[in-house]
Amino acid sequence: MTQTPLLSLSGLTKAYPGVVANDDVSLQIAPGEVHALLGENGAGKSTLVKMIYGLVKPDAGSMQMNGAAFAPSEPRAARAAGVGMVFQHFSLFDALSVAENIALGMEQAPKMSDLSAQITSVSDAYGLPLAPDRVVGDLSAGERQRVEIIRCLLQEPKLLIMDEPTSVLTPQEVEILFKTLRKLSAEGTAILYISHKLEEIRSLCDAATVLRLGKVVGECTPSETSARDMAEMMVGSTLRTPKRAEGETGEVVLALKGLSAASPSAFGMPLRDVSLDVRAGEVLGIGGVAGNGQDELLAALSGEMRVQADMVAVKGVAVGALGPTPRRAMGILTAPEERLGHAAVPDMSLTENAMLTGMAREGLAQNGLLNWTAAKDFAERIILKFDVRTPGPANAARSLSGGNLQKFVIGREVMQRPELLVVNQPTWGVDAAAAAAIRQALMDLAAGGAAVVVISQDLEELMEISDRFAALNEGRLSAPEPTADLSVERIGLMLGGAHGMEVAHV
Amino acid sequence: MDLSAINPILFVAGFLIAATPLIFAAIGELVVEKSGSLNLGVEGMMIVGAICGFATAVETGSPLLGFAAAAVGGALLSLLFAFLTQVALANQVASGLALTLFGLGLSALLGQSYVGIKPPRLGDINWGPLADIPVIGPILFTHDIILYLGLVLVIAVWAMLKYSRMGLVLRAVGESHDAAHALGYKVKRIRTAAIMFGGACAGIGGAYISLIRVPQWTEGMTAGVGWIALALVVFASWKPARLLLGAYLFGGITQLQLNLQGAGVAIPVEYLAMSPYVITIVVLVILSRDKSAAPASLGRTFHASS
Repeated sequence: MTQTPLLSLSGLTKAYPGVVANDDVSLQIAPGEVHALLGENGAGKSTLVKMIYGLVKPDAGSMQMNGAAFAPSEPRAARAAGVGMVFQHFSLFDALSVAENIALGMEQAPKMSDLSAQITSVSDAYGLPLAPDRVVGDLSAGERQRVEIIRCLLQEPKLLIMDEPTSVLTPQEVEILFKTLRKLSAEGTAILYISHKLEEIRSLCDAATVLRLGKVVGECTPSETSARDMAEMMVGSTLRTPKRAEGETGEVVLALKGLSAASPSAFGMPLRDVSLDVRAGEVLGIGGVAGNGQDELLAALSGEMRVQADMVAVKGVAVGALGPTPRRAMGILTAPEERLGHAAVPDMSLTENAMLTGMAREGLAQNGLLNWTAAKDFAERIILKFDVRTPGPANAARSLSGGNLQKFVIGREVMQRPELLVVNQPTWGVDAAAAAAIRQALMDLAAGGAAVVVISQDLEELMEISDRFAALNEGRLSAPEPTADLSVERIGLMLGGAHGMEVAHV
Repeated sequence: MDLSAINPILFVAGFLIAATPLIFAAIGELVVEKSGSLNLGVEGMMIVGAICGFATAVETGSPLLGFAAAAVGGALLSLLFAFLTQVALANQVASGLALTLFGLGLSALLGQSYVGIKPPRLGDINWGPLADIPVIGPILFTHDIILYLGLVLVIAVWAMLKYSRMGLVLRAVGESHDAAHALGYKVKRIRTAAIMFGGACAGIGGAYISLIRVPQWTEGMTAGVGWIALALVVFASWKPARLLLGAYLFGGITQLQLNLQGAGVAIPVEYLAMSPYVITIVVLVILSRDKSAAPASLGRTFHASS
């Protein structure tokens, strides 16, 4: 690669009040190169790509595109220069159609009918099936991502930035995405690829730059570097793999019998005849593409959604008709997926958030009066035990980074000695070190005799920590199988259903 | 009681007039809410438009100049709301309520010397032979230009939202300001423009009351039409066609209860006077049961922090 780099960054620096997000970052990307950007949460990856995309102005340093100075003042200018970006949290509009969403990302949108034809032709060419007139709110995560990718492709970008594109996809959808990306790369489009998933980077990327605390700490060729080495470069220390202490499984703690319930939300998925046993000391992993009943299952287990009493039994007691508070008192604890607004109240302090779920089991309230000293002490214990990085329990939940708040939310439930703990997406958007700590805590909990149900879309995670695996699809749960015997293909088939069919005829 | 005293042709022609202030105020607020802002100051902007229009028409002798001044007055007042919510990031509900109270007070001050004066009359459009068609002629072709403008405005807003790029961007900003910002759209600028459009429309609606419907100036004469406009937008599920329907329903019942009062129906006047408000809201609540979604970012403050 001796040609002029497509994009070259030199000495980019960007500081926010109290934190230097990027400190003297330099990197180069050649045409057609797939370049990985690695780093923990808060390492400055997002700030860096936002500067390239014109959303953020650098304080110092310069960028060059094809040898000419490049300083986009707004995304429009970046797009005109040939930079396309697929966002981590999809920048889509739920109430609008696919074609309308795509038109919004274009400078000179053609007439809707012409645009629909273009969408269909591009989606065929790259193996990304998509109907232009569907409303985005009804699409699966993988389909939504296709909308974003096609939106970029229609502008014929020279550089495509992808921020954590695979975190919400099934293995089959990841394969389709990688085929598309390899095809693009072969056609000369450079790709800047951000991901936490190191195995993916090893199979896809030509080069990698590792960021830590805003600084470039290393470069490597992913195919020649082990995932462990890359992870340690990111973290800056040796990584501890979560270890499972061997333990006997005991009596049945959670028994679901023919659990069926309509979804409380309009776009939700009803649960259909879900049956399941989870024993003490066991971790059950539940996989599946988002929107297949995960939220509803968690709500039925936590008590947010009441069902018929005998559909949910814990230690032989029918609890289906009970609300969250009596269930918590019995030791049925849950941690939902959405950290801000569901698991924690964003504008309340950590002490207040600890009080909210710990009230019953930690004895933080007596006769309707709150014991704030005990709550603060409880919050401090969580912070200490789970290494939550925050100045103190008086800080608002909102002020914590995603990974730290997740450690707090999971820690808060684990510390209450649950009989049954149900977590949804415990490590979503959390960096490698924090994810390892959370997984370790869940496994330790099971080893201590609790039953643990982990709902997740991260299959690697489920394979790592669970004893048995089941898949949710369209509100139905497959029969659980021991994880030790499962291959990736077999899991893909279990997840299958409608999505599997769609992949099959691509 | 003598129901035969109600002339059906005059009645229908009258309710078109009664509905017009509501149509203007509501279609303006619909655009504002589609962009994601919730401006509860409609009543305040209407009453300020009513006095600006009235005073200008009286001083210049031109009702059309009066309507132009009403639009400017409403838009200027709405600019205050835009400043509070888009620049100072104040709470939209509180700012809107404050705007209404401020508008009521300001209009009373401005209108002190105009009480009891008769404004110049805006002539009806001459449709020529069309006005001579029996029944239809007197109902449809005996009105002033502003009434027709209201209808055109509703159709224009509907077409703009559905077919134009401007409408698409407006809806996008109202759906998700973060996503729109990420794509490089100027969220605050677009919202400010929408808020000013809403203010101008509310101003014209207010002036229609003071210059045509009543026509004279009294304090607080908009009498809650601005609040009905707000309710109408919600219950019309943010759809212009349904909004028009609701406005005619309100106008129709208003006119009917006036006629019934005139005919001496043995129902206390208070019940008749509250009936348009009650019936319009009940009907719209029933109509809006399909839960057509509100703009997802409605009422949320946008701050480009990321």
